Amino acid sequence: MSDATITETDDAVEIPHGYDDGSDHIGLPHHTSTGLSNTKLAMWLFLGSECLLFGGLISTYMLYRNRQADQLGPDQLWDIPFTSATSFVLLMSSLTMVMSVSAAKRKDEQRTKLWLTVTALLGGLFLAGQVYEFTVFYREGLGYTTSLFSSSFYTLTGFHGVHVAVGIIMLLSLVAMLARGKLVGDKHETVEMIGLYWHFVDVVWIVIFTLVYLIPA
Amino acid sequence: MAIIERPTETPALAGSGAAVVTPSSSYGYFRRPVQTTGWRSWAFTVDHKKIGIMYGVVAMVFFFIGGFEALLIRAQLAQADGTILSADKYNQMFTMHATTMVFLFVMPMASAFANYMMPLQIGARDVAFPRLNALSLWLFVFGGIFINTSWILGGAADGGWFMYAPNSSVPFSPTNGVDFWVLGLLITGVASQVGAINLIVTALNMRAPGMNLMRMPIFTWMALVVQFLLLFAIPVITVALFLLMFQRNFGATFFSVEAGADPLLWQHLFWLFGHPEVYILVLPAFGIISEVLPTFSRKPLFGYPFVVFSGAAIGFVGFGVWAHHMFAAGLGPISVAVFSVATMAIAVPTGVKIINWTMTMWGGKLWFTTAMLFAVGLIVQFTIGGLSGVTHAVAPSDTQQTDTYYIVAHFHYVIFGGAVLGLFAGIYYWWPKVFGKMLSERWGRWNFWFMIIGMNLTFGPMHILGLQGQPRRMYIWTEARAGEGYFDLAFWNLVSSIGSVVLAIGALFFIINVWVSRKHPPCPPDPWDARSLEWITTSPPKEHNFDRIPTVHTLDEFFHRKYEDVGEGDQHDYKQVATGEEVIELEEKYAEAHIHLPSPSYWPLILALSFPVLAYGVIYSTLLIVAGAAIAVLALFGWALEPPTADDSDFDPPPPGDDEPSKELAVSV
Repeated sequence: MSDATITETDDAVEIPHGYDDGSDHIGLPHHTSTGLSNTKLAMWLFLGSECLLFGGLISTYMLYRNRQADQLGPDQLWDIPFTSATSFVLLMSSLTMVMSVSAAKRKDEQRTKLWLTVTALLGGLFLAGQVYEFTVFYREGLGYTTSLFSSSFYTLTGFHGVHVAVGIIMLLSLVAMLARGKLVGDKHETVEMIGLYWHFVDVVWIVIFTLVYLIPA
Repeated sequence: MAIIERPTETPALAGSGAAVVTPSSSYGYFRRPVQTTGWRSWAFTVDHKKIGIMYGVVAMVFFFIGGFEALLIRAQLAQADGTILSADKYNQMFTMHATTMVFLFVMPMASAFANYMMPLQIGARDVAFPRLNALSLWLFVFGGIFINTSWILGGAADGGWFMYAPNSSVPFSPTNGVDFWVLGLLITGVASQVGAINLIVTALNMRAPGMNLMRMPIFTWMALVVQFLLLFAIPVITVALFLLMFQRNFGATFFSVEAGADPLLWQHLFWLFGHPEVYILVLPAFGIISEVLPTFSRKPLFGYPFVVFSGAAIGFVGFGVWAHHMFAAGLGPISVAVFSVATMAIAVPTGVKIINWTMTMWGGKLWFTTAMLFAVGLIVQFTIGGLSGVTHAVAPSDTQQTDTYYIVAHFHYVIFGGAVLGLFAGIYYWWPKVFGKMLSERWGRWNFWFMIIGMNLTFGPMHILGLQGQPRRMYIWTEARAGEGYFDLAFWNLVSSIGSVVLAIGALFFIINVWVSRKHPPCPPDPWDARSLEWITTSPPKEHNFDRIPTVHTLDEFFHRKYEDVGEGDQHDYKQVATGEEVIELEEKYAEAHIHLPSPSYWPLILALSFPVLAYGVIYSTLLIVAGAAIAVLALFGWALEPPTADDSDFDPPPPGDDEPSKELAVSV
């Protein structure tokens, strides 16, 4: 281990050690040990833990999906064509999100903003569909506390809806910040991060749609 | 924040007397808090070292609160028909004792060490997300205070720290105590979650050149494993807490058996979090003593890769043993058998660690400082707790022990004997690093021996009490059922209560030690002849940690810079070639000119503040929910619009005539 006693001769390259301050000081890229940017790694970790959150909620729903006694059950309520349509809208919003990320990569700010807005609109359309669906169910007599099935259904889909709503707020804020030049840090990466979140919310919906709506109770 | 690189125009500007301080940053109105002294320098700091210290101080306060609650419990049980606490107060007391110790002392104390030491140990200048780090701290502080305000707002939670539902639903616990508990833990949960993401990114991404994963100091490794456990365990309890909140506040029936709910849902969700939680508590302590033992044995850690991988193995298997908390719940023979075997299996990596620590000391030149005493204390006490743990991995034996004091004895041996002793080892070991002066070794010894004797007196008799059938959570016992001879419940309960006083005096000695040590002279930067990277800088470390980011060539980098191997072949014989001071001087000589440090911010504190407002709102008034949400939105946008590093205009100009230091590091005042 004699080579371990190093003194002044450092052959290793001095790597500037960045915080995730986003902004590219003096044009230096951010070096990290893994090569992934801090923000991206953090977002992946966050989404990993979100899997467990939705895992818990989905398990609860799966446990309770047939426990409605003589109250309304899934089979009497689901309107599969309608929910398929809103699911399709949400899926398409992932496509527009990809367009936005790709525009951001090309530094085409106009298109970035455009596609971000379209994504937010599609997300809003999905949410509107969810609100409509909830209203219909409620009118048919499915309140939040009607049965174990209804509580776990509204909780699961409600949590997902809140995630979509937060996503929309982030998308619109991003558009506004881009428009006013207020965005701190790497623009492309910021768009990409919100994109990651958005795709995750989409993927979760695919799981929910399959498990909740498509598999017969 | 003191040191940032400044453009050279700034001093010229100051010299000309035209120092104009223009407000900048968020909303074009708020001037960033850049003070380096006074309360503002702490409240708005993003420096991982200050945050670590605050974590530690607040956790210590909660340690004494939780300890006081424990003393009341033991006072109540010291004799037959205790009258100190009512049954109701007693329930609140043991619930809050456990909640405080687990969530508000051990976890944040481990966070304190992880926050302070991890960046230093991997050669970084701060964590990956300094503002998120501040957010974690304040969420923990406000969450802890929030839970404890329930004492004066109608009574604390009374369902036990596991808060089994449906026992915790409104008919059985009508006060707001459980609501405070649920919402408070949601808040501290967000703190843990954010902290976990932050520290994982730090450990994976911010390592100094040459520091690959297998050169990482062992404490950082264990802290990393813990952050992964938190990352995947916290969301599960978040779900459970939300369901309980909806049950209690919005009329859902997730846990109401009469409405057809599954009586085990809560238990599964809770223990799926709760068992990893056990390792979240103890692994940081394992990491700490894996640093302390080699240092004071003058030997490298025996089998470093084994310690690393057994830690990771504990983390993995820790997610597969939760149902051993439910052996008495009627899971059926297959589940019970599987979880029984898995639980026995997890003893293996734990045993590996104990072997490694013992072998580290074997043949070493042992130096019994207080830190070392605590570390050895951990090995002994934790092993006792581990052995009683194996007895209830055996399901038939566990059905006998469930809900008796035997279980109480077991988990206090592993959590006090494991986690708490390890944390105290860390406090004594790193105190000179953090504060630049030593704690008194004499008081340290008193501290250690009273704690060790106290804990054995307190928790040792509980084995006997438990096997005799004294149930947990009973608020009185009667003379008629005390028995006689060696198994006299009255005698052993009294011993246990006396032990708790001894333990409390031991803890008090720590405070005395801190008090008497406050005027100690500065200590040398390397008082223990330590081994890892955090010692290659001054004590306390400068604000930017390292003048030059050290380049790492080996495990135990600092040791190998001080000692050269002059042995032949397989024989290792280390000869000192440099003192710690010389190594540090060399680093200072090559100080880097351009150091960027993130700047302090109001927003983490304000965002954290919005959480308890929201939580009070859930209990008392929708208006408060709206107010809390408004604060949160304001803070989030302020945060997003604020650059991580402040504009120069946010700093006061340096005094006229003050030439910039030659290193081009400007110190703002």
